[in-house]
Amino acid sequence: MSALDVKQLTKTYKGGFQALKGIDLTVDEGDFFALLGPNGAGKSTFIGILASLVNKTGGTVKVFGEDQDRTPELVKSFIGLVPQEFNFNLFLPVVEVVLNQAGYYGIPRREAKVRAERYLKQLDLWDRRDTEMRKLSGGLKRRLMIARALVHEPRLLILDEPTAGVDIEIRRSMWTFLRELNARGTTIILTTHYLEEAESLCRNIAIINHGEIAERTSMLTLLDRLNTETFVLNLKGRLSELPELGGFVLQHLDDCTLEVEMSRRHTISGLFEALSRNGIEVISLRNKQNRLERLFLEMVDRRAGAGWSSADPATAPDDAREVIA
Amino acid sequence: MSRQGVGGYRHWISFQTIFVKEILRFTRIWVQTILPSVITTTLYFVIFGRLIGDRIGTMGGLDYLDFIVPGLVLMGVITNAYSNVVSSFYSSKFSRYIEELLVSPAPDWVILAGYVAGGVARGLVVGLAVMLVAMIFTEIRIHSVAVTLLVITMTAVLFALGGFINAIYANSFDDISIVPTFVLTPLTYLGGVFYSIELLPGFWQGVSLANPVLYMVNAFRYGLQGVSDIPVGIAFGIIAIFILVLGAFSLYLLRRGVGIKT
Repeated sequence: MSALDVKQLTKTYKGGFQALKGIDLTVDEGDFFALLGPNGAGKSTFIGILASLVNKTGGTVKVFGEDQDRTPELVKSFIGLVPQEFNFNLFLPVVEVVLNQAGYYGIPRREAKVRAERYLKQLDLWDRRDTEMRKLSGGLKRRLMIARALVHEPRLLILDEPTAGVDIEIRRSMWTFLRELNARGTTIILTTHYLEEAESLCRNIAIINHGEIAERTSMLTLLDRLNTETFVLNLKGRLSELPELGGFVLQHLDDCTLEVEMSRRHTISGLFEALSRNGIEVISLRNKQNRLERLFLEMVDRRAGAGWSSADPATAPDDAREVIA
Repeated sequence: MSRQGVGGYRHWISFQTIFVKEILRFTRIWVQTILPSVITTTLYFVIFGRLIGDRIGTMGGLDYLDFIVPGLVLMGVITNAYSNVVSSFYSSKFSRYIEELLVSPAPDWVILAGYVAGGVARGLVVGLAVMLVAMIFTEIRIHSVAVTLLVITMTAVLFALGGFINAIYANSFDDISIVPTFVLTPLTYLGGVFYSIELLPGFWQGVSLANPVLYMVNAFRYGLQGVSDIPVGIAFGIIAIFILVLGAFSLYLLRRGVGIKT
């Protein structure tokens, strides 16, 4: 069964700007799906329509076979949304935010309390349950948005830039949590600007651009289309001049470090042979991506152990008060 | 979905959640929400009721202090029912946490009912507080409990709906204070709170009849004291019509997503 089946979805804003130009998209149940695209491509409009925050101009949206126009309440109960922007009442304590959301979905208070405890604990927020929202750091707010979106146990979770602005440690912890959630059967649609995030998490992908689906394929198929790969080589001796190696693009990072961009038609053994012919010896080699992140995570893991970080406790002044009567 | 309520029960939980949230909001900041009306009306009772009122004598067959009690109670109800909804709903728009409700399966009428009930609750709490203050200055005898309760509740519902519509259209915090200042206050002051319309010349009596607050004040005065410038049945009819019109319009605005969806 399709978790999401969108046909000819259009959205034209007042003033005539056409944000979506007839989108067709299907996401299978149980999928971990990436929706990528540049700023202004239409991703947020698309998600807004799915979550009933934006009125569509035309087309149909079906979630687990239910038409959004015919059974809107049922469709809403299937979806959990983690929006890009913070949208809390900053004067409420953490647990109230989650309990209220459960109440809006019609979950009785007793059951809501059980679920709130479960998800706040899973996201390491239980100790902060009585803290007012305005006193939470950005990373903690992001986690709370996930807990809030899960309290009604949706079958389809939509995450719009869930890790924007959070540190690497929290981002990795979120990834682990989302992977586990997906493994338990929740279909997930993710938008992100961190391509590594999409690559690491998602099995299928759609790229949206100028309000249209430019590509819809599996992650593996897409990655196979990458023609080049970049490696960084640590050399045994100093290298003053770059040799000419056919098929490899070399760049000096420093006297003892080379960056090599190579086509997928070539092999690493071919690269070593070419270097060897030029009298260059290599001590070690690494893929260019993610080195700093890994190093940082190793350091953090050694220091604090794996898991969620306890970010800074207060970001709002204590003397702020709700003043609207 | 397994243990979530279904149908009416689920809607009841949603309504309850919004209603309780609203009550907690205005009771948490009671110094801003309840106290000002109580202090203002106490001053009205002292100045207009005791100091000036004793020199005025009677109005509409009642001591002046007794005459202004229903109007002052209703003024507190109107202002607070309106303010509660307009402030709360606009704040939820401004800070975007209205989205918590919009993504949920709570139907439009449940959202509207929850906010309106919150406004009514604040209006009635303030109305009761003002009534208790009035009892310090004069003896309150209720002529008809049913009429009194019905008028005060219907009036609170009507102005809570007005506050909701104001909040839907408001684009800034200035927009939520314009209507109370330039529309609500004049309507209330000219709605027979402090005087009987019999004192006015014929033309201005006619103009006063176009003011809906006049009907509410008089119906409420009838409920408390058995005296009214206007037949109570007509007053109820007019309040009910306004409630139906504003209620239907509020639902239409919610359904279209005016001011809350793009």
